[in-house]
Amino acid sequence: MKLECKHVWAHISEYLDHELDAKLREEIEKHLENCEVCSAILDSTRNILVLTANDRTFELPVGYSERLHDRLEKVLRENPGTDKHSC
Amino acid sequence: MQRVSQDEAELIRRILAGETHLFHDLIRPYEKMIYVTIFAMVRNEAEAEDGAQDTLTNAFRHLRSFRGDSKFSTWLVTIAMNEGRQRLRRFKRAAEESLEDTVTESEGDFTPAFLTDWREVPLEALERKELRQKLREAVESLPPIYREVVVLRDLQELNQEETAAALGITVAAVKVRLHRARMMLQKTLVPYLKQSSAPRKGLFGRWFQ
Repeated sequence: MKLECKHVWAHISEYLDHELDAKLREEIEKHLENCEVCSAILDSTRNILVLTANDRTFELPVGYSERLHDRLEKVLRENPGTDKHSC
Repeated sequence: MQRVSQDEAELIRRILAGETHLFHDLIRPYEKMIYVTIFAMVRNEAEAEDGAQDTLTNAFRHLRSFRGDSKFSTWLVTIAMNEGRQRLRRFKRAAEESLEDTVTESEGDFTPAFLTDWREVPLEALERKELRQKLREAVESLPPIYREVVVLRDLQELNQEETAAALGITVAAVKVRLHRARMMLQKTLVPYLKQSSAPRKGLFGRWFQ
């Protein structure tokens, strides 16, 4: 069976997650070798996911860590020895 | 299979035994992950920061209930996701979001965007501040049910089962939502990427239509 482009698109996500069975994966790869449109869509999707997950995409507000640990310190001091409530 | 690292298990044991100051060290590697998870949901810095503080306060108070049958990071991110969801419900654009939530999940064709010439090296592209902004906006503009799976799977890299458990949905639903979410991101971002990487087209020139 020859895969059409829209069949490839339907499996892009699973393809990127390595979740396709070997046969379908092979068919898709064969299609990709000959289809620049699909291979560009696949590459762009993969790249977008790489970029989105990159540390620099979502940044922390200045002073976030200090404020967080200050707040935690207060909570920790109010709860010395959580052990006391033990089972 | 060992799910919790020995160092973490030891830290947790000592915290529960009363050395509570060690909680700072335990969560330090995850403080950004917690913030990003909540920020991606609530889309507001102050709200996300408050949420992160509440998440970690709750994590400390309930540390004893962490059984070690998942990774500690997964346990934390699940609490963060719930915090984000609650805040989203409570504060943010309640009317608009509830409409988005009704998006149907029936199978539909999501046609990806066709790009012709974007072959920019990903990490090079990230040098562009406006691109980082676009990426954030694209994630933030996904309807909540799709945003959640992207945050857990693609930002925090939880596996399918962990994501399903954190969201209280099936693995099959995770896959469907993730696929759609990724296609939406692709569609939103490709025109922008294509346009802004125009100078490279001579190098990698690919033309279809």
